[in-house]
Amino acid sequence: MVQPRVIVVGAGPAGVRCAETLVAAGIRPMIVDEGRRDGGQIYRRQPDQFSRPYSKLYGTEAARAKSLHDSFEALRAKVDYWPETLAWNISGGKLYTARDGLASDHAYDALILCPGATDRLMPVKGWQFAGTYSLGASQIALKAQACAIGGNVVFMGSGPLLYLVANQYVQAGAKVAAVLDTSPFSKRLRALPKLLARPDVLRKGATLVKSLKKSGVRIVSGIEPVEIHGHDQLGVEGVSYRDSCGTVQRIACDAVALGYHLRPETQLADLAGCAFTFDASTHQWLPQLDAMGRSSVKTVYLAGDGVRVLGADGAEAAGALAALAVLKDLGRPVDAARVDALKRERAKMDRFRAGLADAFPWPAQHAARLSDDTIVCRCEGISVGELRRVTLEEGAREANRAKAFSRVGMGRCQGRYCGHAAAEVIAAAAGVPLDKVGRLRGQAPVKPFAISTIPVSVTTPEPTEVAEGK
Amino acid sequence: MSRIDADVMIVGGGFMGVAAAFFLRQRGRSVVLLERGLVGQQASGTNFGNVRRQGRFLPQLPLANRSREIWGKLPELIGHSAEFLKSGHVRVCYRQEQDDGFEIYAREAAQYGLKLDLYRGAQMRAKFPFLGDEVLSASHSVQDGHANPRLAAPAFGRAAARAGARIEENTEIATVEKDGDLFRATSTDGRTFCAPNLLITAGAWGSQLSAQFGEPVPIAIHGPQMAVTEPVPYAIGPVVGVSSPFIEEVLYFRQVERGNIVIGGCARGPAYLDERRAKVLPESTLLQFRQMARLAPALTRLNIIRVWSGVEGYMPDDRPIMGRSGKVDGLYYAFGFCGHGFQLGPGVGDVMAELIDTGATSTPIDPFAIQRFATTASAVPVEA
Repeated sequence: MVQPRVIVVGAGPAGVRCAETLVAAGIRPMIVDEGRRDGGQIYRRQPDQFSRPYSKLYGTEAARAKSLHDSFEALRAKVDYWPETLAWNISGGKLYTARDGLASDHAYDALILCPGATDRLMPVKGWQFAGTYSLGASQIALKAQACAIGGNVVFMGSGPLLYLVANQYVQAGAKVAAVLDTSPFSKRLRALPKLLARPDVLRKGATLVKSLKKSGVRIVSGIEPVEIHGHDQLGVEGVSYRDSCGTVQRIACDAVALGYHLRPETQLADLAGCAFTFDASTHQWLPQLDAMGRSSVKTVYLAGDGVRVLGADGAEAAGALAALAVLKDLGRPVDAARVDALKRERAKMDRFRAGLADAFPWPAQHAARLSDDTIVCRCEGISVGELRRVTLEEGAREANRAKAFSRVGMGRCQGRYCGHAAAEVIAAAAGVPLDKVGRLRGQAPVKPFAISTIPVSVTTPEPTEVAEGK
Repeated sequence: MSRIDADVMIVGGGFMGVAAAFFLRQRGRSVVLLERGLVGQQASGTNFGNVRRQGRFLPQLPLANRSREIWGKLPELIGHSAEFLKSGHVRVCYRQEQDDGFEIYAREAAQYGLKLDLYRGAQMRAKFPFLGDEVLSASHSVQDGHANPRLAAPAFGRAAARAGARIEENTEIATVEKDGDLFRATSTDGRTFCAPNLLITAGAWGSQLSAQFGEPVPIAIHGPQMAVTEPVPYAIGPVVGVSSPFIEEVLYFRQVERGNIVIGGCARGPAYLDERRAKVLPESTLLQFRQMARLAPALTRLNIIRVWSGVEGYMPDDRPIMGRSGKVDGLYYAFGFCGHGFQLGPGVGDVMAELIDTGATSTPIDPFAIQRFATTASAVPVEA
């Protein structure tokens, strides 16, 4: 039978399990990945000349990381793997890529987007000082390069990653000045019923906290960040926060890892024309999705943390499910029992996701209290005060309008890091519900794109007869 | 049901509409402006931002000159600079025919008061060192420059509102007709607007409205293909644009003081009147990259961070529709500016206000009269 053209974007847990399921059905997918190697962010591989063992790199998740890497190795000859490749645009049923300075385009019958997530960030005064990193970046520095972001690090924000990365820093021998969590402990207790959907993960979380405490790391819950102190030249010097009694405390440090859980990377889905809906529980716009991973666009499928942050295990299930959806839509036979099992697995993960959202909520209420001199858009250096000014004085009560007038979201990140917080600032200033502020329209390129890129015409292989897989 | 009366009703809150509203208020006329979305969202807000006179159809220069004078006075006039920068504008070419054309154009433009300096060879390379080897000559207009399209029309709109114009955003018109001496528009939310004068400044949608008064025009709909780089130190003074008979060579760029370089040209993209959206084709972006390697090779070391487009209306003779209706008393048009309306915006507003207020204009606009399409049989908007 004629080989359908199937493209998977991303080679993390979702992308690899998706490709594996496709290959098992006799399809040879193209895998486009920004990374130098497979594994995504969570199971990011270290450079070839590094020799840290799995147990050291991935801790409790070592077995899962090994399993995913091994699966990918087994697939290598059966897929067209494009590492270090930027998927910069989607238009007219084609994916546009750039690799090694060469641009090409690829028509597809099915496109599965598994682009992963990045940190969700709420500004804090002083977060533009050198030495402030996102939580994810501070983990990547450690995992990929065996570097710490500083010699005395404060972890501030909320979410499970806060405790995981702090613990990884302690294990690696770095000094952790404090873990400051905006979520009060009571919220975590109340979220327990939902979190019990995955008792093993809950137990791992508790172990992380215990281990941090045992190492003498100060953990404070229910805080509100006040300021990151520092100098333009010298960078971060310390952090101030308001404790749950309302007292402002100050801690000295030379680096801050900041993050409030994760946000899906939805730009490609946006460029593909997928419909989005507002998710009130997490205060964000997310692509519409069915239980199998189908988007609102017929040939576009979405899986992993790039569409719903279910974590790595959830992403593996979602990736396989999306592949089964593709197979079903291509008219291939699909094992109904496997679909049901994966759907149950995914539903369990989703219940846990909802628990995490309750336990470590996005601190939307902080946006209204940010001082006018706090930078909201770090790329363009735009203050909260300027964003409030265009909202109130120039009537920019919609996200794209406020962007046009203030430049918030116009820089290198294109609003990926400031967009959520900016929307909260606008909503609070204008006194309108967050969903009425809308969302920043996605525009190509997905990441900065070199003008030196030269287009090449890709010779698409002739459709070939291939044997049906098992 | 509420009814709002004014001397002049303006339909369309693009640059032309809000500028006309502002200048009508300066003449003491009451104004209501109806805008379906927000002021300056389409072509007015998404274009390149050129404040360029050279290269225009010569009989348009008096209008462009009048507009240029207003650009220089924006802070005093509307309390906002719209980031207008008198940076100069350089028109360059790769071929002898265009070089010859530059000479002729410079002589003729001088008759209209536009001074152009021609540079070639070593002199050109010393003055504009970033130009690529293929560039043959450069025509420099010192007095021209660029401004920020995202800010200009909204700033005019706010100034008009402060001066007493009613700017009704998010107001979609269900019907518009002439009833005796009055034009009457009804919005989809049931409000009625009445005025003895109606000015249609609906851009790419202009023909949909002029057709209701028996004057359809053959307008084609396209989207400009825009991109912007990351910021780099501010170093390139003038706006730079290529003159060529081949559209794929017609690349232009400008650097804003913040440092980003705005790029456009080489192609036109598809635009959709119903969705009010236009697209940048990936091929256009890649084409611009190739042309940048010819025009200013050093800039190929930068990254672009965003592309965008907007809905523009083009006339077959590349000239706008501007002036009085040929059929209905009290009806006026200013739309279809063929991708070169941004520089003209303030001038068009001023001239249309003068025309509506006094019945005549001190700046010639005859070549833009809608009557030139009166014999066109079929004039359905073309989406492309």
